Amino acid sequence: MARFTSETVVKPLLGFFALLSLVFLAGILVTLLTESGPFFGEYDPLEFFTGTQWYPTLQTQNAAGEWASDPRFGLLPLLAASLQVTVLALVFAIPLSLGAAVFMAEIAPPALREIIKPLIELLAGIPSVVFGFIGMVLVAPFIKELFDIPIGLNGLSASIVLAFMAFPTITSLAEDAISAVPRDLREASLAMGANRWETVSRVLVPSARSGIYSAVILGFGRVIGETMTVLMVAGGGAALTLDPLSPLRPMTATIALEMGEAVQGGPHYHALFALALMLLLITLGFNLLAERIKKRDFK
Amino acid sequence: MKARGLREIFWFSLSGLCVVIVVGMLGLVIGFIIAKGAGAINWEFLSEMPRNAMTEGGIWPAILGTLLLSLGAIAFALPLGLVAAIYLVEYSRDGKLRRWIRIGVNSLSGVPSVVFGLFGLALFVNFLGFGACILAGSLTLGLMVLPTIIRATEEALKSIPMSFREASLALGATRWHTTVRVVLPAAVSQILTGVILAVGRAAGETAPIMFTAAVFFTKRLPSGLFSKVMALPYHIYALLTEGTHPAEQTAMAYGTALVLLMLVLLVNGAAIFFRIRARKRKKW
Repeated sequence: MARFTSETVVKPLLGFFALLSLVFLAGILVTLLTESGPFFGEYDPLEFFTGTQWYPTLQTQNAAGEWASDPRFGLLPLLAASLQVTVLALVFAIPLSLGAAVFMAEIAPPALREIIKPLIELLAGIPSVVFGFIGMVLVAPFIKELFDIPIGLNGLSASIVLAFMAFPTITSLAEDAISAVPRDLREASLAMGANRWETVSRVLVPSARSGIYSAVILGFGRVIGETMTVLMVAGGGAALTLDPLSPLRPMTATIALEMGEAVQGGPHYHALFALALMLLLITLGFNLLAERIKKRDFK
Repeated sequence: MKARGLREIFWFSLSGLCVVIVVGMLGLVIGFIIAKGAGAINWEFLSEMPRNAMTEGGIWPAILGTLLLSLGAIAFALPLGLVAAIYLVEYSRDGKLRRWIRIGVNSLSGVPSVVFGLFGLALFVNFLGFGACILAGSLTLGLMVLPTIIRATEEALKSIPMSFREASLALGATRWHTTVRVVLPAAVSQILTGVILAVGRAAGETAPIMFTAAVFFTKRLPSGLFSKVMALPYHIYALLTEGTHPAEQTAMAYGTALVLLMLVLLVNGAAIFFRIRARKRKKW
């Protein structure tokens, strides 16, 4: 009888603790909402979403000639910077990742695969601040020389570093997707006389496409949320531009850079929480999308 | 016929090249940091406090801070993660609740690290009034690695064959007894692998501790849960972007980066080693 009661208590208790991660997620959302609430109360949301200037400490002269604080919190330059850097990073990362995924899933002998996989895991384990450091001292000078520009810290340098950070995520998920294609398809294709490359390119990759899309989308979510690399390498310019060779300031970098200076509880502080809220919504959206798409794959 | 064969060779070599590029990059990053940082490493660097505005002395407080923060994060995340994974694998049936938990775990793992930092700042530092300290930083990092631990534990539990559980249940043990006495002991080495990986991740993160725990310089070593700390990743960032002696500080930053990189590689290497060994020893 004692055992019966212990079991009846155990299950709900475990379930409660398991639910905590959902509670934490909700907690994060609620915290960001309440902390950015005052911002949307004071500052016109329309101006936030359509504004092209981000000058949190701007001072302007009014009609009487007095200087007064007139901060501009326009999301667009920061969002554009985030998207540019992320998309460019994926442009570099996707071919590399797909190539590597095909190599690991179909070409490499098992022994070689057992060596490469841990190496990719090590790459995934390198702290982002070290990647940022490498971007500052190796990639930026290289880009500076290559394009003959005054400063190498810009969107392009950041995306190159980010590409290598996105690589482990996309590669391992894409490899899983390719490996999960049923054996029959592979064998049928080979039996029809297709060689291994034709099997890979016309049968396996198309069959695994939803898994591959989902890998890329998750990679997108990972890169757009990456902070230290863009903070250290992207250059920090807050002007709205579509030129990846100019210094950019993505949303994550803005938060990390300005939170230290913002007055706690002031408009700038709340504006940064509004940025974080946007960031959270974007990454959550992409995560859910990735999961949706992945479901269409083979079991 | 010949063209087809050539095409196959071409594309296969290209995909091999992708791996070579990335592994080469990995080698370059590690090699570069070792080459530039090795000169800074000596016993004084590892064991002393910084001196003379960060241009001399060591980084011991940062090493200690990183160890404390990562261990604190695990102390918080491990019990929660373990329990959540046990529920998901051993207790729940496929259903709504389980699907919601799964969405929660996956979404939590996709939340950007800087968002965790802001959450920690708003909740632990300001609302609960901890101030920036080890406790606030550990809790923030712990939240961030929680999904990693849940997933690793789930995988570990799932890999234990059903027959283990059935044998135990058939002997009259309850589900809880079966889990604690049979399933967990069999899965422990694999769970350990996941925990070690989580430690490595927590040790290397900068953004979550920027506003919740880390400072550029402390006069003394931390004295309790409510002390501010120095931490290796933040120290690298601060050496490169703050202070007044860029040249000397960059040299210190290379040394610090080498220490952090070695720490993280060692931890990850240990996890990979454990996993390979566990797989070889597996008897089922």
